[in-house]
Amino acid sequence: MSERKKLLEVKNLEVTFGSRRHPFRAVKGVSFDIYEGETFGLVGESGSGKTTIGRSIIRINPASGGEILYRGERISGHISSALDRQITRQIQMIFQDPMASLNERAKVDYIVSEGLYGRHLKESERQEKVAKALSDVGLLPEFASRFPHEFSGGQRQRIGIARALIMDPDFIIADEPISALDVSIRAQVLNLMSQLQKERGLTYLFIAHDLSVVRFICDRIAVIHKGELVELAESEQLFANPLHPYTQALLSAIPMPDPIAEKQKKLLVYDPSMHHYESDPPSWVEVEPGHFLLANREELEKIGNQR
Amino acid sequence: MAEDIILSVHDLDVKFTLRGQILHAIRGISLDVYRGESLAIVGESGSGKSVFTKTFMGLLDANGSITGGSIRYQDKELTQFKSDKDWRTIRGREIAMVMQDPMTSLNPLKTIGAQIEEAVVLHQGLKGQQAKEAVLRVLEEVGIDDPKRRYNQYPHEFSGGMRQRVVIAIAVACRPKILICDEPTTALDVTIQAQILQLIRELQKKYDLTTIYITHDLGVVANVADRIAVMYAGDIVEIGQCEEVFYDPRHPYTWALLSSLPQLGVKGEPLYSIAGTPPNLFQEVKGDAFAPRNPQALKIDFVERPPYFDVTPTHRARTWLLDPRAPKVEPPEHIRHLREQGVKGHV
Repeated sequence: MSERKKLLEVKNLEVTFGSRRHPFRAVKGVSFDIYEGETFGLVGESGSGKTTIGRSIIRINPASGGEILYRGERISGHISSALDRQITRQIQMIFQDPMASLNERAKVDYIVSEGLYGRHLKESERQEKVAKALSDVGLLPEFASRFPHEFSGGQRQRIGIARALIMDPDFIIADEPISALDVSIRAQVLNLMSQLQKERGLTYLFIAHDLSVVRFICDRIAVIHKGELVELAESEQLFANPLHPYTQALLSAIPMPDPIAEKQKKLLVYDPSMHHYESDPPSWVEVEPGHFLLANREELEKIGNQR
Repeated sequence: MAEDIILSVHDLDVKFTLRGQILHAIRGISLDVYRGESLAIVGESGSGKSVFTKTFMGLLDANGSITGGSIRYQDKELTQFKSDKDWRTIRGREIAMVMQDPMTSLNPLKTIGAQIEEAVVLHQGLKGQQAKEAVLRVLEEVGIDDPKRRYNQYPHEFSGGMRQRVVIAIAVACRPKILICDEPTTALDVTIQAQILQLIRELQKKYDLTTIYITHDLGVVANVADRIAVMYAGDIVEIGQCEEVFYDPRHPYTWALLSSLPQLGVKGEPLYSIAGTPPNLFQEVKGDAFAPRNPQALKIDFVERPPYFDVTPTHRARTWLLDPRAPKVEPPEHIRHLREQGVKGHV
């Protein structure tokens, strides 16, 4: 694992909203690395800060503490405009709701190529790129002259992916790209994303609330709760051996297409007051190679005893 | 089945007129709903599942109409209803609905207390302090803490899951016999989804409700449904007990829906996805509507619409594969192990 190159390093990231007098810490000291070519999953419920992390990587929400490194260079806080331009090209985002994230008054042609407009391309070059991006995501180049409302949800999400691809990025932040889609369409979009990853060596940060989807597509998964990472592991390891009670609760909530098992299933509910963090504060510990956990001394001893 | 029938739909046809064209949204559905059961209607968007249940409440858009068939609720023929006055005897009072998106189904300008009270006053005939007490009771029932404070709050002060609880509270406050839940959890997180489904199940037991779930996600209903109806292109293609549909699905479309669940995906391999798009219902559908997307379709699938074949007394499917003359086609590999699990479970 040490040979793999780190593409993105998030170190002690803090994001605070609200006024100085009433600050709200949405992200509390989150650290993780994303390696080149992998798909990194970030899972948590709404309000956990997972989207905020994605948005602060792409510099929409400024970080109030900690730093973010991209290929070893700091991209949080004040950076040179040349670097800013470079990372806006290299890091792209796919949004959750394909209905809301496309400008309904613009044609697909403009939506997809908006990011190219500062680059002084020839019109013919631009059109060529749009056609290429559309066919890469499985749409017809003729669709460029249509409006978003003429497309189904799955097709619209493909347009959103084409818009990210046209910039020829290395790293894509996908914020719940399939949550708003039908189950049968989800499979198509997920397949498209993994196919593009193979062809272009893309790295993904995949943000989701549903662990079942993330298991299929991600190499490693981080679970976030109320702005803090609670567990991080390779996805199979996380599913086989979830250690944090919140991860266990999330896993128990996955609906399985199996009536007998489902009807016997016990739903776990995570109650943060179960920890004794006042007297014994938790720390971020590597419990086995590549498997990190937020736990205090008492909990770690318990886990150690179970082995 | 010894249960009595609460709602009986026979050969229902619904058509919409859109820009001079006619869209055949529901193509001859027959369905009996039994008292106290929980039925799930599953299908892709555009399969007509929402339109179908809207006909029970007279909520079709103005350009749509029932062009044939009957809907009997107890001793009333719902297709004969003309005015809103007729429908008001059914809507809310007998059949209530929980909509998909709790962000849009609540009035942002009224406190949630006032919104629930509206239903209590109208349907239970309570007034003043009594009505308020009834609201506080129902808030507590749906699992909202500190109802006294919450009573005076506005929808924006609630999280998505809490808002959906309020919507459920409004529906239940009408004391309906049938509760229709139209994608009740699609807009919610997985953890919240499980809690809301549990809540609906508890209320169903408590009030002896008949529930109809509408969803596109087969994974969600394994837990909550007694029976499952799979809809495709305005028709029910397979219906059966929950176990029958999951462990022994017969229609190729049900196979496809099950196969595309990410829970069943194998890492490193592409997920199964259904090729093509649902048929255009502006044109007349010939044969089996799913045939063009079904790689194993038979010749007859393109010519003649299959009738229902009974698999068991409670399980039937509309596919020629069940005809005795049809060649044997096995369901795809990765959903077959579901059946083995089911067999294990039964032993």
